[in-house]
Amino acid sequence: MTAIAGFRDMVTRNLRQSGIFVAFVAIVLLFSFLNSNFLSPGNLTNIVLQYSYILILAIGMVMVIVLGQIDLSVGSVVALTGAVSAVLVIRNGAPWWVGVLAALVVGLLVGMWQGFWVAYVGIPGFIVTLAGMLLFRGMTYRVLDNVSLSPFGGTYYDVANGFSTNGWLGGYGVDVFTLVIFGVAVAGYGVSQWRTRRGRIAYQQTVESLWLFVLRLVVVAAVVMWFGYQLAQYRGLPNILILLAVLIMLYSVITQRSVFGRHIYAIGGNLNAAQLSGVKVRQVTFWTFVNMGLLASVAGVVYSSRMNGAQPSAGNMFELDAIAAAFIGGASTTGGVGRVTGAMTGALIMAVMSNGMQLMGVPQSIQQMVKGLVLLLAVAFDVWNKRRADAR
Amino acid sequence: MDHSNILEMRSITKTFPGVKALQDVTLTVRRGEIHAICGENGAGKSTLMKVLSGVYPHGTYDGAIVFEDEEVGFGSINDSEGRGIVIIHQELALVPYLSVAENIFLGNEVRGSGPLIDWNKANAEAARLLARVGLDENPTTHVSQLGVGKQQLIEIAKALSKEVRLLILDEPTAALNDNDSEHLLDLLRHLKEQGITSIIISHKLNEIAEIADRTTIIRDGRTIETIDMADADATQDRIIRGMVGRDLEHRYPERTPEIGEEVLRVEDWTVRHPTQTDRVVIDRASFHVRAGEVIGIAGLMGAGRTELAMSVFGRSYGRGISGRLYKNGQEIQVRDVDEAIAHGLAYATEDRKRYGLNLIEDIRRNISAAGMRRLAPRGWVNGNEEIKVAEEYRASLNIKAPTVMAVVGKLSGGNQQKVVLAKWLYTEPDVLILDEPTRGIDVGAKYEIYTIINRMVAAGKAVVVISSELPELLGICDRVYTLASGRITGELPVAEATQERLMELMTIERETAKDLAS
Repeated sequence: MTAIAGFRDMVTRNLRQSGIFVAFVAIVLLFSFLNSNFLSPGNLTNIVLQYSYILILAIGMVMVIVLGQIDLSVGSVVALTGAVSAVLVIRNGAPWWVGVLAALVVGLLVGMWQGFWVAYVGIPGFIVTLAGMLLFRGMTYRVLDNVSLSPFGGTYYDVANGFSTNGWLGGYGVDVFTLVIFGVAVAGYGVSQWRTRRGRIAYQQTVESLWLFVLRLVVVAAVVMWFGYQLAQYRGLPNILILLAVLIMLYSVITQRSVFGRHIYAIGGNLNAAQLSGVKVRQVTFWTFVNMGLLASVAGVVYSSRMNGAQPSAGNMFELDAIAAAFIGGASTTGGVGRVTGAMTGALIMAVMSNGMQLMGVPQSIQQMVKGLVLLLAVAFDVWNKRRADAR
Repeated sequence: MDHSNILEMRSITKTFPGVKALQDVTLTVRRGEIHAICGENGAGKSTLMKVLSGVYPHGTYDGAIVFEDEEVGFGSINDSEGRGIVIIHQELALVPYLSVAENIFLGNEVRGSGPLIDWNKANAEAARLLARVGLDENPTTHVSQLGVGKQQLIEIAKALSKEVRLLILDEPTAALNDNDSEHLLDLLRHLKEQGITSIIISHKLNEIAEIADRTTIIRDGRTIETIDMADADATQDRIIRGMVGRDLEHRYPERTPEIGEEVLRVEDWTVRHPTQTDRVVIDRASFHVRAGEVIGIAGLMGAGRTELAMSVFGRSYGRGISGRLYKNGQEIQVRDVDEAIAHGLAYATEDRKRYGLNLIEDIRRNISAAGMRRLAPRGWVNGNEEIKVAEEYRASLNIKAPTVMAVVGKLSGGNQQKVVLAKWLYTEPDVLILDEPTRGIDVGAKYEIYTIINRMVAAGKAVVVISSELPELLGICDRVYTLASGRITGELPVAEATQERLMELMTIERETAKDLAS
C-alpha cells in the first residue's frame, strides 16, 4: 500500500531491463580497455553499418516472440529478398528503387504466406517457419541460379554504405549536420522524458527523485553526443542510422501505444483471456507475421546493399542472431513479455561482442561459444528473476 | 453381507490458509457396499477424497483413517493405490494417443522376463479386464477414438488391474448419456457382487436412490448424516434438505428492485459440443433479462451453465449454434466477442486465471484489455487516460493493490475478481453475465462483489448471475432459472423459490427434462 512497495515492485519489474543495460555498458567498457581502437570513430561507424540488419530483424522478431511464436525463416527471407532485388537491378538493369520495392513486396508475400498457415490453419509458427527456412533458401538458389551477383553500385549501394547527408551544413573535419541532428535528438529525448515525468506526477505515479532524473538525462545526453561527435569526426551520419532510428521509434510506438501492439501482448500473455476480451487473435497473428516478413525484406535490402551483391548463402543463421537478441533483451520464452528497446539492446550486445572479438582476433569458434553462453546466461537470469519474483 | 467396516475416516479436519475445508468429518464405509456421498459444489467432498487418497499427505490434516482394520497414513496417491484404494476423477486421466492397453497399464507396465514390456501379455491381460467391465473393444485401439462412456469403463478396468479394494468414483455419470450411465451403474452392481466396495460422489439423486446402500451428506465441510437407503424415510427430499439446509449466515446487501424494459432475450438457443458434434449441450434454452434486474441461472456441474453463457457471448463455445438473440426488442447477430462487446454484452468467466486475466500483466492493462474501443477509438492508446481509468476503478471497486502497475497474478482471488469486473464495467455493458462471480473468494470480498452487482443494476444494467451456491442466488437475484442437462427446467421469481424447490428442478433427469422442454 505504500510508495516503498510500489518502488520495490518497479525495481523488480525493471530489473531485467536495467540489468541488460548495465551488461551492455560493461561489455563496451571491457572491450574499450582490451582494445584501444574499439571506441575509435571508424570502428563505431563500422558497428552501425555492419550489424544494422540484426537490429532490424530483432524488431520484428521481438513482436513475434511476444506473441508466443517464433520465426526461423528470416535468414532465408533476407537472402531471397536480396536475391530478387539483385536479379532485377544487376542482371536486368532496373533502377535501384525497383529492386527495393520488389524486395519489400516479396517480404510481404512471404509474411502473408506464413501468417496464413500460423493464424488461419493453426500450425505452430515453429513448424511453419522451419518449413519456410528451407523453402525460401531453396527459392534463393533458384532465383540466383546458384551464383552470386554483384555489384549493385550507385544509389542501391549507398543505402547501407552511404553518408548522404555528410557536409550539408559543412564543417572542418567534423560534420556539423550530424552534430545538429544528434543535438535535436537529445533535446527531443529530454523534452519527451520531462513530459512523461510530468504526466506521471499528474497521475500520482511513482517517479524517481529529481536529481536522479536530471543525472540520468545528463548521462544519456553526454553518451549520445559523444557518440555523435565520433561519427561526425569520421564520415558523418550513416544513412542506415537514420533508417534504424526511424524504425525503432516507429515500432516502439506501435508496440507500446497502438491497439494492435496491445493485442500482441494480450495474446502472448493469455490467449484465452485475449479471445474472450474481443481480441481478434487470428488477425493479429497474421499481421504480426506479415510485419516480420516486411522487416526481413528491409533487412534483405540493407544486407545486400552492404555486401554490394547477393549470394545464395546470404543471411545464414541470421534468425538465430535475431532470436538471441530478443531473448537477451528480456523477451520471455513463453510470450507476453518483451520490448523493442530491450531487443535493440540485446542486438547491440551481440553486435558489440562480435565486433570486439573480431578486433582482438578471437577465432570464429570462440566467438560462437561466447555468444552461445551469453544467450544461455541471459535467459537463465530471466528464469531466476521470475522464480524470485514468484517466491515473494 | 458382513457388516464390518472397510474404511473409517475419523474426525477429519483439513485447513487451508484462511478456510476450514473439512471440520470433524466422519465417514464409515462397510465392506462390499456402494456408499454415496452427497453435497453441494464446494461442500468438501473432493477435499475429503483427496485426504483419503493421499493427494493431501498424512500430516497435513487432523484425524485418523482406518482402512481394513489398520490405521493408515498415505503420503501420496501411490501409497493409497498400493493398498487398493483407487479414485477415478471426473476429468478422466487417460492419455488420448495411447492404446487402451497402454493406458490400462500406464505406470504399472506388464514386464516379460527382462526389463522390457511384454506387449502380447499386456494386450491379453487388457482384453480380460475389458471383458470384466463389459467393454467390447480391441486393446490396441487408441483411447481418443472412444467416447466418454467407454473411457470411463477403461478407467475402471485400469483400477481393476491394480487389485482394487475400494473404488471411488467422482461424478462418474456427469458427462455420460443415459445408456452409458445405466451401463456404468450396472457395472458397479456387478463389481459389488464380486466384493468390491465403491464410493460414488454424485449430484443425481435418482441415481443415488437406485444404486446406493447408504448415503453420507456433507455440507460446509461437515458431515450432516449418513442415511441407510433401505429406510422408509430415506427420501430424496431428506437428502436435499440435508444438502442445502444451512442457515443463511452470509448476508446480502439490501436492494429495492426497480425493474424496467426487457434488455436481452434468448430464444430456442441450441448448442452442440465443439468436438463431439452429435452431443447437444444446450437444448432449446430461452430466457430473458430486464433492465435493473438480476437473474440467476442455477444448475449443477455439467448442466451447461457456462456453455450457455459463453455461446451467447460471441459464440465463444460450441458449434452448430442456433436460436435467436434480441437486444431491446431488436434481433441482433453476434458472431464473435468483438460484436458481443459492441452490442453491450459482457461475460466475466468462472475461471478467471485461465480465461479472465493476463496474469503476467499489470492491473492497468487488464482493466483496459476489453475496452480498447473506448480507450483508443482511433487505434492509439492514451497511456495517461488508461492509468486514470484504472485508478478510478481501483478506488471505486476497492481493489487492494499498491498501484495499478501491480501485476495481477500476485493479487488475492477477490481482488483479481474485482479486476475482471472492472475490465467489463469499462466496456459500458448493458447486460453483464457473471459466471460464478464469488468462487474461491472470502466472505468479505463476496459481500463487496454483491454490492458492486447492486450498484450495476441500480444504474439500469441487466445482470445474469450463474452460481452453484443456491443461497447466493436467492440472496441477490430477482428471478432464477434452473438448468438441467442443457435444458431450462424452471423459472421462479425469487419470492417463490426455495433451495429445496430449486434443487428439485436442478436434479431433474435427462428424460424428464426432455419432456419438459418439448
